[in-house]
Amino acid sequence: MTADDTLVVDVAALRMRYGTTEVLHDVTFQARRGEVLALLGPNGAGKTSTIEILEGFRTRSAGHVHVLGTDPARAGEDWRARVGVVLQSWRDHGKWRVRELLTQIAAYYTGYTTPWDPADLVAAVGLDRQADQKIRTLSGGQRRRLDVAIGIVGRPEVLFLDEPTVGFDPAARHDFHDLIRALATEHRTTILLTTHDLDEAERLAARILVLDNGRIIGDGTAKQLSRRIAGRDEVHWSLDGERFSQPTDHPARLVYELYREHGDDLHDLDVRRASLENTYLTLMRRAEQAHQGAPADRELR
Amino acid sequence: MNPVRIALRAGRSRGLVELRQSVTNGGDLFNHVFWPVLMLITLWFLRDRQFGPSGFPLGALALPSILGMNTAMAMVSMSQQLTADREDGTLLRAKAIPNGMLGYLTGKLISVSGGLLIELAIFLLPALLLVDGLSTARPTAWMTLVAVLMLGLIATLPAGAALGSIFTSARSQGILTLPILAVIAISGIFYPITVLPQWLQTAAQVFPIYWLGLGMRSALLPPSAVVVEIGHSWRHLETVAVLGAWAVAGLLIAPVVLRQMARRESGSSVADRRDRELQRAR
Repeated sequence: MTADDTLVVDVAALRMRYGTTEVLHDVTFQARRGEVLALLGPNGAGKTSTIEILEGFRTRSAGHVHVLGTDPARAGEDWRARVGVVLQSWRDHGKWRVRELLTQIAAYYTGYTTPWDPADLVAAVGLDRQADQKIRTLSGGQRRRLDVAIGIVGRPEVLFLDEPTVGFDPAARHDFHDLIRALATEHRTTILLTTHDLDEAERLAARILVLDNGRIIGDGTAKQLSRRIAGRDEVHWSLDGERFSQPTDHPARLVYELYREHGDDLHDLDVRRASLENTYLTLMRRAEQAHQGAPADRELR
Repeated sequence: MNPVRIALRAGRSRGLVELRQSVTNGGDLFNHVFWPVLMLITLWFLRDRQFGPSGFPLGALALPSILGMNTAMAMVSMSQQLTADREDGTLLRAKAIPNGMLGYLTGKLISVSGGLLIELAIFLLPALLLVDGLSTARPTAWMTLVAVLMLGLIATLPAGAALGSIFTSARSQGILTLPILAVIAISGIFYPITVLPQWLQTAAQVFPIYWLGLGMRSALLPPSAVVVEIGHSWRHLETVAVLGAWAVAGLLIAPVVLRQMARRESGSSVADRRDRELQRAR
């Protein structure tokens, strides 16, 4: 995507503790303008804590955090006007109509920027037909699109989304992904989202951070992560009904050698590229082994 | 324009939208009408009774007292709405937008006071036809009523906001109901306070309900009715002092507890409450 060098999110040695439980041990990463970053990890890995600290909704225990050059814990309302937060709505503002609420919220940004026109915005998120409907009559997917609309109405420079597509059907998810990509490319918005859905992280994000047990255990594009961690592709074949498999950095050479040796006896040949899924599982396995000495660490939120 | 003024204006329109919603939706409309109608029925039963030796009609005493009591109840509506809005994530939304809390609170003050005015009108207009013995022709009567109403709102709304920040769920607000009913019972609303033992009279005079009732009686009753009151006086100075003390305390405490409460709000705290609620519903 179209990231440039402007640093928008800068996190170093971030730690978070609730009581005696350490939720974030040492989180360090950066995001640049226009970059889409996915924070991937299992439940309890610390994704929500991280994003809530960046949103300024939670106070960290230690470490350095800057969003748009400002510490969220001490940021004022002018910072707030440049940051978009997509919240998971539940039943708030049920009596409000879609356009009415967007108009109300857009008003607060007029002292700082030129917010979206509510009519354009409902069209952009595909809610034009529901614009005058009461919010409590919206379907789950429609409500979620409204949540996004509320998050971006002030044309934020950075947008935070926590588990944005939980409960989406595939079509809604597809539309949502298009919307996020458009925000990043057309509006140069920096986007940080959390997900435990690998596929979503791979599809949306230019960069993926894998978080486990309060630590970042992988940081890179899907391709880089696959190469760096899982590293090797796998070749599977069978000979005389017996199955074989072998990891390799050079699958073509291995296949050539296998054919030269066995000729037409070679069956069920299958070259499996190192996938993000394997990478993810490998990472999780490694993290688990590394932490077996400290089982208490796993009791997270 | 400066962002704070923009937020105040947005808050005003927010309050007006909420007020309009509350009169166009069945459930809220019922809430607006229920209490005033209940009070009208009470007044109907009191209309021919008289207060002991003075021979003063109880209905005429109760009408202004009920106005005062209803005004004090703005504290409860404020508190309940704040808790409900925190529970369902409305407050978190306000927190996520620039000066959103300021706009939210402005809106809440407008919608709660507007709702109160609607309820007072629903009660007062028929009640005036029902009850004899009021002295409403004096111009000072209505001026005093408006002054007491304003003082009452300043005394009760900030305190209500503070109270609402302390309760974490709409359910826990329920524990307020009983003490409030007890305070109403000893505040001389439906029967003059002077018949109560001294210690109960003293207790009642700590809360705004008694003073708002007294203030409203001083506005709408003929001067001769003052003999029913403690010390045969409307005690305007004391009324201003006690309600003023509530106002000052509320205005000092509310911003602190509101800020503290808002600081704790985040996406996961709303999600936790939602999960708990869903679990209960199952």
